Amino acid sequence: MLLRHTTAKEIDRKALTINPAKTCQPVGAMYAALGFHGCLPHSHGSQGCCSYHRSALSRHFREPIMAGTSSFSEGSSVFGGQANLVQAIDVMFTVYNPEIIAIHTTCLSETIGDDMTAIIAKAKEDGHIPEGKNVIYCNTPSYVGTHVTGYSNMVASFVKNFATPTPKKRNVVNLVAGWMEPSDNAEIKRLASVMEARTILFPDMSGVLDAPLNGHYKMYPDGGTSLTDMKLSGDSKFTIGLGPTTTADACIKMENKCKIKFEVLDIPIGFKATDRFLMTLSRHANLPIPEKLSDERGQLIDLIADSAKYLYGKRVALWGDPDTLVPLTEFLVSMDMKPVYIVTGTQSPYFNDRMAEILKDIPEAKFMSGERADMFRMHQWIKQQGVDLLIGNTYGKYIARDEDIPFVRFGFPITDRPGHNYFAKTGYQGAANLVKQIMDAILDKIDRTCPEEKVEFQF
Amino acid sequence: MRKIAIYGKGGIGKSTTTQNTVAGLAEMGRKVMVVGCDPKADSTRLLLHGLAQKTVLDTLRDEGEDIDLDDVMKPGFQNTSCVESGGPEPGVGCAGRGIITSINLLEQLGAYDEDKQLDYVFYDVLGDVVCGGFAMPIRDGKAEEVYIVCSGEMMAMYAANNICKSIAKFGKVGTVRLGGLICNSRKVDNEANMIEEFAKKLGTQMIHFVPRDNMVQHAEINRKTVIDHAPEHPQADEYRSLAKKINENKMFVIPTPLAMNELEDLLVGFGIMN
Repeated sequence: MLLRHTTAKEIDRKALTINPAKTCQPVGAMYAALGFHGCLPHSHGSQGCCSYHRSALSRHFREPIMAGTSSFSEGSSVFGGQANLVQAIDVMFTVYNPEIIAIHTTCLSETIGDDMTAIIAKAKEDGHIPEGKNVIYCNTPSYVGTHVTGYSNMVASFVKNFATPTPKKRNVVNLVAGWMEPSDNAEIKRLASVMEARTILFPDMSGVLDAPLNGHYKMYPDGGTSLTDMKLSGDSKFTIGLGPTTTADACIKMENKCKIKFEVLDIPIGFKATDRFLMTLSRHANLPIPEKLSDERGQLIDLIADSAKYLYGKRVALWGDPDTLVPLTEFLVSMDMKPVYIVTGTQSPYFNDRMAEILKDIPEAKFMSGERADMFRMHQWIKQQGVDLLIGNTYGKYIARDEDIPFVRFGFPITDRPGHNYFAKTGYQGAANLVKQIMDAILDKIDRTCPEEKVEFQF
Repeated sequence: MRKIAIYGKGGIGKSTTTQNTVAGLAEMGRKVMVVGCDPKADSTRLLLHGLAQKTVLDTLRDEGEDIDLDDVMKPGFQNTSCVESGGPEPGVGCAGRGIITSINLLEQLGAYDEDKQLDYVFYDVLGDVVCGGFAMPIRDGKAEEVYIVCSGEMMAMYAANNICKSIAKFGKVGTVRLGGLICNSRKVDNEANMIEEFAKKLGTQMIHFVPRDNMVQHAEINRKTVIDHAPEHPQADEYRSLAKKINENKMFVIPTPLAMNELEDLLVGFGIMN
């Protein structure tokens, strides 16, 4: 019993978070920056911050994560980080030659109040930023928000710095990707290309954090949204944000700067959210939804119908981020499952409102967002009344083991299973992947634990 | 070794009062070290006859952590030891962290060691206790006595009251105590009586009333303390007297800060607000 101290009885807590369902802002900012081609993320703070953020991403993706750090010393915290950052910018352009340096701040630099605009201007003035190269930043104090906030801030900063409106409008739809896997970025691009819609997806981790192992190391892998595309995004005719907590800010910035109307949708997880995405894209790209995609939808429905007997009424506990939990919960409900416990460490009105609506016919369901919506609380709920399935990141494995509950890994971080960056969870095919994983987990347990006379050859 | 911190509203005359008092103590034969905890690094100017000092933090920045105590500690008037913390340029970095770094470094370098045979350490701290860094001199048993420089002006008393709040807070868990108020006169009506009453309400004393005298400015222009510049002048005796009172002081309290309305009542009572 790894979590033997967890009790069923909940005690009102005001100041204590136990096993949080979140991590810190710069992790998100660093991840978002990697979705742009030729971009080197830079952490303006102490070395330990940067090491942690890189390792958090490396453990999840099993890919090298490159990033610079301002390496604050005692002196930097007293005199400010300007000297270190200006030198870091010089070194990075000289040695690593990125197209873009995307700086995110840290708790320390935020607290001493380093003025990033002034420091970057100073680096420019002193000739440390070569012609045609770019240095941008976003503020990511970790005592505010979560990794989700950091992701959102960095994506918004890319819009602010690069999207440029010209008189020439283009028949293109911007797709702002919320926090998802490289496989999901690829799937969304595939869906758009099957529809023959012209889109610009950003950020785009595909080809970066799922890069092939072929013996040739590339500091800047081939994938990622190009700087050209990012600039052109200011001439698109519409913007679709996928995931309100991670993309709404970017969409608003895009509208303010480039007068491009937008709609923010759920991340297309499950058939309903995918339907909404495809219909919205179809409307704004002015193209029909092709039969191929309808067929994929039909296959998904077939798979769900075949599995319905095992899915019906199953109680599920979930944890992760608002943008993925909302469509995922909706998907489970649409398959007649019962998502009963849902927690996210990210305080989110979107999560609270949408969950209330999605779960209105499941009166026993409990959900919570914010810093006290932690893994400990969810485990307590499970102790009070058990569940049949867990869906969430690796931090759930201790609960899964202690309570002997089938466990589907989903979200960030997944550090103990490979391949999540290759198999999409979005789109109809992604939803089918998800159904398969859920069924495998449920049936494996039945096969392992049912009485001998009940062992079935087929499901 | 007695460890004393001087606080008070910005511009009230902390540095001037500190250095003049230190000059008085030095004249009495006491061995004193002054640690300026102000980013402006002007707390030892009168003792050193000019801004001759390289600050601890400048040295740290230029030469790294391998610092020799002699690099940052200069002998001043009557063999006082003078140190300036220094700090970032205005509007950049974190001055509060600077004080923490600097005081820790001085400890590491052995500035307070027995072999220095110090009788007194004075911390001259910038303005109000605005953040944790500026409270560093009164935390963890560093300074154990605090004197607050104030005048009969509302804002000076308000600041003094605020400083008492932080002394009360740190006093509960540590050894820091308030030694008294030093009234640096601004020629406000009824000033001495009012500050005495204010001190009483705080649970402390007005340890000395320093009258206003232009000789202080004359001495400052000459980069000297009054005792150094005009040893026979009556103002020099005022500082000698303050030094003596501090030397003999036995009244150390955890202050009881006033509520805002009590403070206002005090001013009304002494006729300032008419």
